[in-house]
Amino acid sequence: MTLAEFFSCSLLAFGAPLAMFAMTIANDPVRIIIMIAAAFCWLLSFLLSSLVWYAVVPLRSYLAFGMVFAVIFQEAFRYGMYRLLRKTEAGLKEISENHEIGSNKLEMAYVSGLGFGVMSGAFALVNVLADSVGPGTLGLRNGTEYFFVTSAAMTLCMILLNTFWSVIFFSGCDENNYYKIGWVIFSHFLVSSLSFLNRQELYAVTILLSYIVLIITAVQAYRCAGGTSKSFIESFTVRS
Amino acid sequence: MSNSSSSDTEEANENTALMDGHIAEARPDREIAERIARKRKTKSDSQRSYGTVDHGVSSIHGPPQPSSAPVAGPSADAQIEELELKYGARHVIKLFVPVTLCMIVVVATISSINFYSVKDVYLAYTPFHEESPYAVTKVWNALANSMILLSVIALMTVLLIVLYKKRCYKIIHGWLILSSLMLLFLFSYLYIEEALRAYNIPMDYITLVFGMWNFGVMGMIVIHWKGPLRLQQAYLIFIAALMALVFIKYLPEWTTWAVLAVISIWDLVAVLTPKGPLRILVETAQERNEPIFPALIYSSTVMYCLAATPPAGAAGEGEPPARELRPLVPDESGENAPVENRRSPSGDAGFDAEWRARADAHPAPPDAHAHAHAHAHVHVQRLRVDGTAPAHYTTRVERPQQQPAPDMDEEKGVKLGLGDFIFYSVLVGKASSYGDWNTTLACFVAILIGLCLTLLLLAILKKALPALPISITFGLIFYFATRCVVKPFADALAAEQVFI
Repeated sequence: MTLAEFFSCSLLAFGAPLAMFAMTIANDPVRIIIMIAAAFCWLLSFLLSSLVWYAVVPLRSYLAFGMVFAVIFQEAFRYGMYRLLRKTEAGLKEISENHEIGSNKLEMAYVSGLGFGVMSGAFALVNVLADSVGPGTLGLRNGTEYFFVTSAAMTLCMILLNTFWSVIFFSGCDENNYYKIGWVIFSHFLVSSLSFLNRQELYAVTILLSYIVLIITAVQAYRCAGGTSKSFIESFTVRS
Repeated sequence: MSNSSSSDTEEANENTALMDGHIAEARPDREIAERIARKRKTKSDSQRSYGTVDHGVSSIHGPPQPSSAPVAGPSADAQIEELELKYGARHVIKLFVPVTLCMIVVVATISSINFYSVKDVYLAYTPFHEESPYAVTKVWNALANSMILLSVIALMTVLLIVLYKKRCYKIIHGWLILSSLMLLFLFSYLYIEEALRAYNIPMDYITLVFGMWNFGVMGMIVIHWKGPLRLQQAYLIFIAALMALVFIKYLPEWTTWAVLAVISIWDLVAVLTPKGPLRILVETAQERNEPIFPALIYSSTVMYCLAATPPAGAAGEGEPPARELRPLVPDESGENAPVENRRSPSGDAGFDAEWRARADAHPAPPDAHAHAHAHAHVHVQRLRVDGTAPAHYTTRVERPQQQPAPDMDEEKGVKLGLGDFIFYSVLVGKASSYGDWNTTLACFVAILIGLCLTLLLLAILKKALPALPISITFGLIFYFATRCVVKPFADALAAEQVFI
């Protein structure tokens, strides 16, 4: 049972990102490098936020405090990533064999967002997954048996959200559109605060609301990338 | 130059580029010219690896000709850099994959087989066992141990240089073969035994001996003679992983960390100081225009290099064409056309790395112990371009375009010393031995980023750079930071199911 739980949870959380990675990123060395750089950026932001959390001893038991700083740092590093990518854009084009890499400006945004998301998802879930293999499990005497599944579902949500956020954020920065940036920061705070409800085991509320935010964000990211409802429908029609 | 060959060619070019990067010193002049030529010609048809060179470039390459450099000019430089970067991107990935695989083997072993994380016996080189409860004593012990290990390594390197200078190739090869023999038989036997024990699988000695014999002999053949590239790479990765496991198992706790720090500093010194031992080795090798020893270097492309190495070396010396190409090789330029040729003094360094790698590899064998291997590997820790490649290039350069596909393998090759693999894996493996996957992951990403930066610096500085310092520094920083600061935060978040 524990093994089945391990596999189902890891596939739930990382299956979709893995497929995205395999289909869109793995073929291009430059994208892999960008993704790893983004992961590293996320790591730095997380390190900084845990430093803050760790340094302020009296507030250590309040995760909300750490969460606020974590979100701020993440968005700051997202902006840093944006600056970095825009500065090195020309160089990156040279590096890559695929000279169309810059043709869609948001391509980098997607790649770096996925790197961000995967890293944050991995940090959130890896240890939980390692525990889920057994020998023990949750929910027999204490705790809730939904712990692993909900964690995995939330992780998936965060990974996808990070990807979309980066797309929106980058396009917002490109267009000086502060609404987009504002939405990213706001929804990030919103989702993170929602996850505090998990402690009360209000999983239905958290997950439902988070996924609604995810859908809204996805639609927005799709628009930012130049998609329309028409092109969405067209993408399902068979092309000869 | 057929279309079909183009892909291969490209690879070759890339490799070449990397080499250039390392070698960079000499290049600035000639290579720049070459590159420019290449670029203009079209990136797509990569002329065979050195095709660009071929075109007239060869003349430019002429070792002593410094004048070519001016031609390049600033714009040229920019172009060149771009080119190098381009090569870099693919190369980075070509190195990422094996490094990742090696780490995965080590981490998987550490987390599934208890044997490697239990401390009981220690290496002879680490006489202080850190059994005292006081931190101060432990630190002192760890430092003393790592200094002893370092001096052993330095000694080996010097020995190697002496042997190499005196052209005692037989002895060097003997060392190498002996050490790989030990790793392939003794250590893999231990590994298999522990693996079988961990999974509670019974096996009779006959089967075991049969399997070990085939595994070991095939390994020896593939590593020291010839065989499919993939197979050779697999064996080298496995050897590196085994060596890393040995380090993790037999070094005391704190000593491991001290050794990692000390080794990366040593790497820095040995590669970058003018009289650094590895540098001397490389220069010597370059002068002789010899290939790198196969056994201790991971080559992304041509395993044949290894097989071909001896011949290549011979050919290089004997054949005139090789000489033409030689100019590419930094060492010659460095020595023969000292100031003029070197736009960038560092050029030598690039080669150094390769050579060092070889050199390092050699030294290791001497020790009867596995340790010896380790040392050797340690020495090897740089990114190199194939040392052998140069010779090949030369040859090819002359008849480059006509024989595109066949030689491709030999030409290119980003080489990374097995020492790098070993110490990267030691770091990640050690991090994973505490059971926290976040730490492991952080170290892994940090090391990869360090590798990226090293390659980037190579392209920018055109100097030979040691591969360990940046990666290991990042790895150590992230290990300790994650362990002390990030882990409690991450654990709290996970336990409360708070997602940030």
